[in-house]
Amino acid sequence: MNMNFSAASNVNASKNAHSNVVIDCNLDKVFYGDFLAVRDSHVPIQKGQITGFIGPSGCGKSTVLRCLNRMNDLIEGFRFEGNVHFNNQDVYHKTVDPVVVRRYIGMVFQQPNPFAMSIFDNVAFGLRLNRFKGDIAECVENALKKAALWGEVKDKLKASGLSLSGGQQQRLCIARAIATEPAVVLMDEPCSALDPISTRRIEELMIELKEKYTIALVTHNMQQAKRVADKTAFLSVEISEGGRTGYLVELGETSQIFDDPKEELTQQYIRGEFS
Amino acid sequence: MNIQDSFHPEQEIAKEAPCLQRSLLEGRSITNILLTGIAWLAAIIASVPLISVLYGLIVKGGHRLSLEVFTELPPAGFEEGGGFGNAIVGTLVTVGFGAVISIPIGFLAAIFLAELEPDGKVAYVARFCAKTLTGLPSILAGVFAYAVVVLATGTYSAPAAGVALALLMLPTVVLTAEGAMRMVPSKMKAAAYGIGCTRSQVIWKIVLPTALPGVLTGVMLAIARAAGETAPLLFTALFSNYWFVENGTAHVMEPIASLSVLIYNFAGMPYENQIELAWTASLVLVMMVLLFNILARVLGRKKV
Repeated sequence: MNMNFSAASNVNASKNAHSNVVIDCNLDKVFYGDFLAVRDSHVPIQKGQITGFIGPSGCGKSTVLRCLNRMNDLIEGFRFEGNVHFNNQDVYHKTVDPVVVRRYIGMVFQQPNPFAMSIFDNVAFGLRLNRFKGDIAECVENALKKAALWGEVKDKLKASGLSLSGGQQQRLCIARAIATEPAVVLMDEPCSALDPISTRRIEELMIELKEKYTIALVTHNMQQAKRVADKTAFLSVEISEGGRTGYLVELGETSQIFDDPKEELTQQYIRGEFS
Repeated sequence: MNIQDSFHPEQEIAKEAPCLQRSLLEGRSITNILLTGIAWLAAIIASVPLISVLYGLIVKGGHRLSLEVFTELPPAGFEEGGGFGNAIVGTLVTVGFGAVISIPIGFLAAIFLAELEPDGKVAYVARFCAKTLTGLPSILAGVFAYAVVVLATGTYSAPAAGVALALLMLPTVVLTAEGAMRMVPSKMKAAAYGIGCTRSQVIWKIVLPTALPGVLTGVMLAIARAAGETAPLLFTALFSNYWFVENGTAHVMEPIASLSVLIYNFAGMPYENQIELAWTASLVLVMMVLLFNILARVLGRKKV
């Protein structure tokens, strides 16, 4: 029914070592304790594109995203079936260090969360963590420029990161995430705590960043996905015995998902019949 | 006609609108005034003891305050003059030993309680013990250190006093440091994990620096409390009429003077000079404690 759906694209991804799938995400079942949070969600994330995840509250968008860089490992009772491949390496293989995974797959969170240190140190943090040998000041400047924040903070790099406004803090967090040049940046509702003007800036920023970085974007805002995402995955939620379980309904080009959704549920969601 | 027309609607509104005037005779506004007054009174009463103690100490002890009391040794029976320089040093040394013992243990225990196993059984027991220890009578801390250190080493000493004081400082250090570390927002920790920190990097690079002002506040409060203790010192440090460091050698394993024990000793003596010195020593001790408390507040306020 849906040509883009899971299995077909997975086979392609694993067949071509040089395919442009950076993260191949095959989640069969994700549990928190006994509770099945997400099932059957297979989303290949293409290099140099923005892959948007939309869906109603509690559909497991964030859970899927947090599986990709093993942030869910920090949650008690997390366990999953399936696999996640990053450049054809199994992210969950027992020899893989989740800490290293997170250095290559960066993350921007829902709430802006700069560290309680200066703007400069916030961006330099990841570089220092990796014992970066080059010119830290230059890297910090570049990251801040890419995050469209340099002009506003260049005269107060020593000021606390927490002294910035919400929108600036979020751009600082983006600068921090891209300073270490990760291959993929995961963004978990990065604009949900921001005003429309800041949101706009960050959306423009995402489109600029996808030239160099692959982005996976979770958003509660359908219009945002429509504006910035190349591919869109629509997840929905069903009430099961253990609680609410999210699953992938449809995945495709953003224009196809919004203009010509194949699934009845997607149509209803796009029309705004539930949220 | 015109005038009537323009006034008419206003009068109607005035009749229907509720009266917004404050009425002092209404029941709830009397209660309000009464309770506000009582709260004011209680706040004033609460600050009376400290102010009156300070006032009394300044009046009775202030006039003996001079360089002499800070540099001289305590006077013997009928001697005039003298000071308590060795007792000030002694207080700093004993509290120093206490801090050296209690801060590392308290600090690491707080990391365990706040970050490593906050919900584990060990954490539950340790937290309960720390809270109980907060209320430990200080004389028992002295008896404990007497049994463990003084009897074992065969002498009263600064380290023995340090153990007793550490026992009293530990719960304050542990509980305030744990509280400060728990105040570090979890989203900040998530950011650190997200950028590729190991757990120890998250703790050392993010949690500790962010919590440091709060941790230091706890340390200063613990030091302030320990500096004023008398009972534990009676069993462990005893007293000495000599300097801690004399002729270039530190007398570690010997009895050591302290301000609080000096006050206790001199206040009971029948000599005018000693009683005056006890007042002055009290003033100096209160000032030292006050200084540590102010330091705690300043450090606690400092933000990055």
